[in-house]
Amino acid sequence: MLHIVNKSPSEKNALDSCLRTVKKGSSILLIEDGVYGATKGTAAAGKLAAAMADVQVFALWPDLEARGMQDNVIDGVKQVDYAGFVDLVAADKNVQSWL
Amino acid sequence: MAFEINGKTYETDEEGYLVNLSEWDEEAAKYLAVEEKVEMTENHWEVVNFLREYYNDYQIAPAVRVLTKAIGKKLGPEKGNSKYLYELFPYGPAKQACKIAGLPKPTGCI
Amino acid sequence: MTESTGGIDMDEESSGTIKKFAFVNRKAPYGTIYALESLEVVLISAAFDQDVSLVFMDDGVYELKKGQGTKAVGMKNFSPTYRALEGYDIEKLYVEKESMEARGLTEDDLVVPVEVLTSEEMATLMDEQDVVLSF
Repeated sequence: MLHIVNKSPSEKNALDSCLRTVKKGSSILLIEDGVYGATKGTAAAGKLAAAMADVQVFALWPDLEARGMQDNVIDGVKQVDYAGFVDLVAADKNVQSWL
Repeated sequence: MAFEINGKTYETDEEGYLVNLSEWDEEAAKYLAVEEKVEMTENHWEVVNFLREYYNDYQIAPAVRVLTKAIGKKLGPEKGNSKYLYELFPYGPAKQACKIAGLPKPTGCI
Repeated sequence: MTESTGGIDMDEESSGTIKKFAFVNRKAPYGTIYALESLEVVLISAAFDQDVSLVFMDDGVYELKKGQGTKAVGMKNFSPTYRALEGYDIEKLYVEKESMEARGLTEDDLVVPVEVLTSEEMATLMDEQDVVLSF
């Protein structure tokens, strides 16, 4: 399953809920303000890093770059472009968008 | 709305401002100046180019007070005053010069 | 400096009372329209010559992050406009220390010079205002 999170972890609890209920082998894609969840030094960073043992985490780089966070990304988070976004959606049997 | 020069089309909004800043060129400036009944001299171009630089740096068209101050800083007090700028652009330096420079209407323009 | 005419005429009509205004920015840029709207209101407010302070806390600190590039998302990068505020005589920019640190950021990460305040100092600053506008 692909989980998509588009809210900042310091404003909404979407990423928290996602990390609480994500199954091993699933993927998480962070987009829009959700990309702040992929950055170092935040309260959410530790939880995400821990989750990465079991799930793959992706972040949309156009959204990282828009926010000036391209150099602050947690090691191991893979950056994708819009085509990569489409590939991720197509690769999984279902998608959950955490609005 | 739009106007055309030498086969190139420039899109404008309902007040005559260019929609796409990137479409601006000297030909467009000359056309817009005629529309504004402004005869472009070196001094006019100086202000227009100053505005384009300002926009490039800050991504906004300055309010007239800010423009006046910034021009004074860069080009000296004899140019950084409203009398000088209103002589060049009688219907408002910010509005007219911004339009000719291809910028949007100044932010904070009241 | 010679006073310009456009906009400045307002001064005579509304002369006298200068109020303390604080704009409190708490949202990240781009994800919602709040940050940009706030900036536009701030620029317009400059025409009224009031005592304006800008506060950045929570995700609002992200508005000032250096290195923003919006070409790929097709939106306007308005972060350079914070650097124009000085020219509008808006020079009081405050960032809450706790919010900045919670996001792994330092003053060096910000596009403009700011004064970093603790939550306690921020509380005092906001308490001193006549009007607080929240974005």
